[in-house]
Amino acid sequence: MNVQIRPAKTAAEIGLADLFASVRGSLPGGREVGAIRLDAFGRFATAGLPHARHEAWKYTDLRRLMRDAKPLAPRPDAGAKLRAGSAGALFAGLGLRRLVIVDGAFVPELSDLADIEAGVSIRSTASALAADEPILSQGSGAAALMNDTAVALNTALASDGVVISIAPEVVVERPIHLVFITTTDTPAATFTRSRLVVGEDARAVVIETHEGPDQSEYQVNAALDLVVGDGAKLDHVRMVSEGDAALHLSTLAAIVGVRASLREFSLVTGGAVVRNQLSLTLTGEGAVAGVNAASLLAGRQHVDTTLLVDHVAPGAQSRELFKAVVDDEARAAFQGKITVRPGAQQTDARMMARALLLSDDAVANCKPELEIFADDVQCGHGSTTGALDDELKFYLMARGIPGNEAEALLIRAFVGEVIDAIEREDLRDALSREMANWLARGE
Amino acid sequence: MTELLKIRGLEARVDDRKILNGLDLIVNKGEIHAIMGPNGAGKSTLSYVLAGKPGYEITGGEVLFNGENLLAMAPDERAARGLFLAFQYPLEIPGVATLTFLRSALNAQRKKRGEEEMSSPEVLKRVRALAKQLGIDPEMLKRPLNVGFSGGEKKRNETLQMALLEPRLCVLDETDSGLDIDALRIVADGVNRLRAADRGMIVITHYQRLLDYIVPDVVHVLSAGRIVKTGGKELALELEAAGYAQYQNEAA
Repeated sequence: MNVQIRPAKTAAEIGLADLFASVRGSLPGGREVGAIRLDAFGRFATAGLPHARHEAWKYTDLRRLMRDAKPLAPRPDAGAKLRAGSAGALFAGLGLRRLVIVDGAFVPELSDLADIEAGVSIRSTASALAADEPILSQGSGAAALMNDTAVALNTALASDGVVISIAPEVVVERPIHLVFITTTDTPAATFTRSRLVVGEDARAVVIETHEGPDQSEYQVNAALDLVVGDGAKLDHVRMVSEGDAALHLSTLAAIVGVRASLREFSLVTGGAVVRNQLSLTLTGEGAVAGVNAASLLAGRQHVDTTLLVDHVAPGAQSRELFKAVVDDEARAAFQGKITVRPGAQQTDARMMARALLLSDDAVANCKPELEIFADDVQCGHGSTTGALDDELKFYLMARGIPGNEAEALLIRAFVGEVIDAIEREDLRDALSREMANWLARGE
Repeated sequence: MTELLKIRGLEARVDDRKILNGLDLIVNKGEIHAIMGPNGAGKSTLSYVLAGKPGYEITGGEVLFNGENLLAMAPDERAARGLFLAFQYPLEIPGVATLTFLRSALNAQRKKRGEEEMSSPEVLKRVRALAKQLGIDPEMLKRPLNVGFSGGEKKRNETLQMALLEPRLCVLDETDSGLDIDALRIVADGVNRLRAADRGMIVITHYQRLLDYIVPDVVHVLSAGRIVKTGGKELALELEAAGYAQYQNEAA
């Protein structure tokens, strides 16, 4: 006898269904967008929240970790905007073009929209949706990811974000800073969808930061779709320093064209539960993609980085380096999968995951996968997990460096490889300061 | 007081194996003491116990450094008081630039001694001058500490650290191992420049060769964890000719 067992709906699942029913009429978008939303929520409702038996969510049992649904954050009022003024402080003074998203809403008056370079267009996602543009079915909403829980919820409930398009051959000298901040201390949820299209042979540097107050049980679901056109070059630096009770789900979906280059850097230091999923599709011959990611965790934090690199075109190169420093009872998970499609010959792909455990109760999970359907490729992966090297610590101490400083030096050295690859010194310095703040926590 | 280091009845064990067995040694300021002995005599253990490496259990005796109880201090404290161990196998630390390490070490010691920290340009100036003396390519200072350095480069780097940190007591653990004759001469010259009336040195070596270049005032033979014979520099030559066999028998 074949019995379909459907677990009872959780409070979060019921809450999300209620939320969608109550807000769908007021979310931006015309008939077409509305249909996409309805379809996406239907897919979520059918599947429910993923749990540990879903391979893609093996280490992040969202059914357990997401206890309830929160109401959508209210549109930012004057107080919220005031609190948002100091957001992204680590990058202040670097001359970046700030685009500020407060409680899930793009706020033009906090953003720097003056003297936008010719060929660059910046709009709010809400306005694009209001014009019934089909952006929710592109990028992360496209076929490959549409069944993912975080994406389905994002597609159903996305209220705003930023849509940036850079015309071919435009070199954007001034880096763009997407500043995401949650200001609410009452439990609330935000769903943002952003999109960045870098035209052929264009160049840009984009920084994305996410932050919010401690002791506030807010939920963030942010998706960013990137299109790196043929010959284009994009550096994307992402920092997640959410408040200590926050649930942060994020999705990055990138398409990298012919001889295009995408360099992705990520540093996670904050958030109670963080799931970062990155999907890189190398559709152009000779595309180059690099992912350098580090997580610095303490307390009872749970951070999951899930990476899918899809080599579709031949002759593309990808390098993935993931590092986790885990203290106390925190848990870091890394899942990385490289797929090489038939015909993607001369693929050169390498993935490495390293974890440094600073306490006996810290946990690091690592699951690298290779799926190769072509026969003339170079692919490799590796992973290591270990404690700080006592011999190295003794060597430093024998030179007069106190134990805690020696440990900090070794941790910095461990993570340094991730940050040092950032081309711009000012951005490297900003991430180094975040790392130094983390190392000085509790002092 | 001229007594720099006084070791009395030192006993130490590692993993339930007794390595030091009632070791006595006095090093006065201005003196260079060579400690020679067969493999397994406890030479490296002595150097690690003095530097404070974890994993060595002290089961007896005492060590006074400038009259203070050395064994009660953490390794970084010992370094700040002026103890320096030149490692037999200097460690490689990826991600820590040599210069950053040197500056951190120097300023950590100065801070602990209540001295003003030295500015980066001042540190750089001193390090460059020492690097030149020791034939170290300044480019190496930018590289991660000891990573990819040859054996000779590592030992020169140890000597540079010692010269920069200006310790009161230098303990050189098998500094000659892995060095060809040219590198040995450069390192020995570096060490000899540090000879001073207020500084003591313990040169640990298996072979007499190093002592042609760093000429000791006193030579000790260490066997089975204690000093079994003490003499002048001619003792090293006797050992070279006769070997350690007689002392091993004596200790057994």
